[in-house]
Amino acid sequence: MDKRVDILIVGGGPAGLAAAVAAKKSGADRILILERDEELGGILNQCIHNGFGLHTFKEELTGPEYASRYIWQVEELGIPYLLQTIVIDISASEAVKLVTAINKENGIFTIEAKAVVLAMGCRERSRGALNIPGYRPAGIYSAGTAQRYVNMEGRMPGKEVVVLGSGDIGLIMARRMTLEGAKVKMVAELMPYSGGLKRNIVQCLEDYGIPLKLSHTVIDIDGRERVKGVTVAEADENRKPIPGTEEYISCDTLLLSCGLIPENELSVGLGVSLNPVTAGPVVNESLETSVEGVFACGNVLHVHDLVDYVSEEACSAGEHAAAYARGGRPAEEHKVTLKCAGGVRYTVPSLICVERIDKEQVVRFRVGSVYKDVFLTVYYNNTVVIKQKKRVLLPGEMEQIKLKKVEMEKFPDLKTITVAIEREG
Amino acid sequence: MASMDKKELICICCPIGCVITVTSHEDGTLDVKGNSCKRGEEYANKELTAPTRIVTTTVRVRGASRPVVPVKTKCDIPKDKVMECIKALKEIEVTPPIRLGETIVANVADTGVDIVATKAVE
Amino acid sequence: MYDVIVIGAGVTGAAIARELSKYEYEGKVAVLERASDICEGTSKANSGIVHAGHDATPGTLKAKLNVLGNQRMEQLSKELDFPFKRNGTLVLCFDGKDRDKMQELLKKGRLNGVEGLRIIEAEEIQRLEPNVSNEACAALYAPSGGIVCPFGLTAALAENACENGVEFYLNTKVERIRKSPAGYVLQTSAGIFESQIIVNAAGLYADALHNMVSEKKLHIVPRKGEYCLFDKAVGGYVSHTIFQLPTRYGKGVLVTPTVHGNLMMGPTAVDIEDKEGTNTTEEGIADLLKRGGLSIKRVPAEKIITSFAGLRAHEDGGDFVIEEVEDAQGFIDVAGIESPGLTCAPAIGEYVAGMVLERLPAPKKVDFKACREAIRGMADADEEERKALIEKNPAYANVICRCELVTEGEIMDAIHRPLGATTLDGVKRRTRAGMGRCQSGFCAPKTVEILARELGKDIGEITKSGGSSMFLTGYDKAEV
Repeated sequence: MDKRVDILIVGGGPAGLAAAVAAKKSGADRILILERDEELGGILNQCIHNGFGLHTFKEELTGPEYASRYIWQVEELGIPYLLQTIVIDISASEAVKLVTAINKENGIFTIEAKAVVLAMGCRERSRGALNIPGYRPAGIYSAGTAQRYVNMEGRMPGKEVVVLGSGDIGLIMARRMTLEGAKVKMVAELMPYSGGLKRNIVQCLEDYGIPLKLSHTVIDIDGRERVKGVTVAEADENRKPIPGTEEYISCDTLLLSCGLIPENELSVGLGVSLNPVTAGPVVNESLETSVEGVFACGNVLHVHDLVDYVSEEACSAGEHAAAYARGGRPAEEHKVTLKCAGGVRYTVPSLICVERIDKEQVVRFRVGSVYKDVFLTVYYNNTVVIKQKKRVLLPGEMEQIKLKKVEMEKFPDLKTITVAIEREG
Repeated sequence: MASMDKKELICICCPIGCVITVTSHEDGTLDVKGNSCKRGEEYANKELTAPTRIVTTTVRVRGASRPVVPVKTKCDIPKDKVMECIKALKEIEVTPPIRLGETIVANVADTGVDIVATKAVE
Repeated sequence: MYDVIVIGAGVTGAAIARELSKYEYEGKVAVLERASDICEGTSKANSGIVHAGHDATPGTLKAKLNVLGNQRMEQLSKELDFPFKRNGTLVLCFDGKDRDKMQELLKKGRLNGVEGLRIIEAEEIQRLEPNVSNEACAALYAPSGGIVCPFGLTAALAENACENGVEFYLNTKVERIRKSPAGYVLQTSAGIFESQIIVNAAGLYADALHNMVSEKKLHIVPRKGEYCLFDKAVGGYVSHTIFQLPTRYGKGVLVTPTVHGNLMMGPTAVDIEDKEGTNTTEEGIADLLKRGGLSIKRVPAEKIITSFAGLRAHEDGGDFVIEEVEDAQGFIDVAGIESPGLTCAPAIGEYVAGMVLERLPAPKKVDFKACREAIRGMADADEEERKALIEKNPAYANVICRCELVTEGEIMDAIHRPLGATTLDGVKRRTRAGMGRCQSGFCAPKTVEILARELGKDIGEITKSGGSSMFLTGYDKAEV
């Protein structure tokens, strides 16, 4: 094993794989992927449903198929990787990063890397973090844990299911559990809108007659050994349960699909600054974090809905990491800050160095609530440069907008770019 | 010509999820609006006449590191055949090696569509 | 026929068993436990505090055993290798008018023999604990207060007792007790047991057992305490255990670091009827965050990783009931062991063993093994230790729980040591796998797989905590 590499990629899921392939294709030579699971592909291995790749490959693939397209490229390009390897520490000293990892074959070892790409993905919000009162029996699973049991072990985590949260994994699992013989009694969603894609509400819930109860939440869990039932109540506009609306639903399983949290414990240890809104690193146009030479992409950066956009973002991170490792990036001169206004919760990136943009810069963002018939407006300083009519913007769906370098160069004293949602012309 | 029926659909062809309005006319023709691509029109037509779905599930594998392998219908099948398709796979057991795309069950539930593996198993 | 049977494998039962295992009993000593694992009752859900001893009324058993238990804890933690830290406690006073109450506490503490107690003023409080509320005008400082891992302590005592010959019977619920000429006959869910002496350390159910043999009835009330546990990221928010003087808001809620580096707040104190009522409640959690919040500048509520509730066994009289039952010779109650029961456990062990010995003398064991080694964890090991562990068993390089850095090697150790884990919760309490911020989302399936493999079972048979707490309900498509 090479103890010195140009680019070390933490995570062999969709983000890590795409970053590795892009870095290799743009000339980086010594790349190493460290993956914690037994195989490459990350969470895609358990996402056996279709709907991946329409954007990237112009065809509809399942998760494992999508992953295999990248795994083939990694194999073909001869990019080395280590499986069942967990990174336990990353530190930066001067121009090199030291990545300490552990696995059965090599024990504990340290790799010296010029650049590091963070692609660790995210985890699911747990029952504890949601603070749902009640007992603590068996039968409470995050949707992803249930997905692993059903799709990778062929085992059922329960027979009668209530799903809390309408995130995509929850919707997908409502269908999967139904197809495999369970009775899914309801999907309850605290917010007045679903956190998942519209198509998933149609093909995962409506197809099977599973009710989606918006503005509803689980307020109690019954059962001492195994779940016996949950109490669901309607929530008011402040998301507080409304007394008198409680309904007891007997079930043996509660699946939680209530949000994903980027896994940035390693990043924090390294000294990377996080954006409190995304819980992911603050990055610039190169998807480079506050620690020089450390890049981030995929769900560790901000939670995505579509793997296609993860790949696209990771590809960019891989190319920038390669450019960094090669040396000779243009000096940072013209720095621009991105700001959010009128319902835009965050942007990735949040800082742009105009010299380092190739031709255009993709800016990804999310909105904070449902917006209908609004304008997406981009200001360069105080001048409107983009104004797009949007029929609907949803918190559950990531948006993106492309900014052209030539346009930016027309503003020699460009200091801020503001992305805003506006109602009136 | 008086319109008979107006229906709103959410297209499931891609993650955009276009809201499609379909107006059925007396002569049986459909008027599709709101879709942003051709697939939307096809979807709306199918959804109102003969809805179909792609089915993804798993079948058992004997002698591999994982007990199941993911599979799918090679293309969409009639929506009312979905559960029948799952039932048809209940007793199926395969042995490695399995190639990605390999046919696991031909003409599942008499749909004329094959079940194929979506992952290779060594 | 056993010489002594201890009913209950919580911290109290385990401490008594370990103490008894120092003696050469011809018959044997056994511990009966109704749950599938040790440490499944009150011992698993409490504050984990080693109290200094200023709270108890001088002259009570609580007062006497608290100070002694506190003194014993340090030596015991070395012998039995469990996490214990003397971090010191502060009892905050928020109102000048309450100073006399604080003085009273100081006086009681000194009478009880607590060393090093002193009153500190606001400035010193802030110097010691910058995150403590500015409203705290003074505090009683007790340097001898500490924190301990309640699972670690219970497992250490039980494992050591087991290694020294005490027999443990899990999944063994005592259903009836009958006096016999030689002692007592216990009818249990796992058959008949007979013993000369019975030690009733059955926690919340000690009254039920007592009432089977005595006319003078005991009554134990489950007193619910809810807690919130916070991410290690805020584990250093306070370094001492922060108590409150009772205020007009009621009895105080504590804020403390745990011995594993989390932050914890709790407990509430609500008397309930149901002895299995370990559910958390919306009101309870809200109440504890509000009241605990008085002690600190800001409650990092966004860092809560879990909440839980425990039930203390409160006896109507208010003190521990540790005595031979008047109308049932050879039946020793160890009942009403509520706070500071965890602290007292080592002292209770000695005290009860003394009572047993008086009734049934036995010589000291010459080959008593006083020491026990804990599961060596990768998280706390230095580089050399880590390398040595991996060298010994490469499974120590297979990380299962990422949040707490727990490896397959540690989980295997937890399963195969004396009184080893057979459930997911059992593994969790022994290794911390699943105790971190993701709350076992990632590691539960892997841990279940290891449990099944090591115990020669199918993953479908593995439970969360015994009984019907199955993880899986069957195969896919089985019900189609």
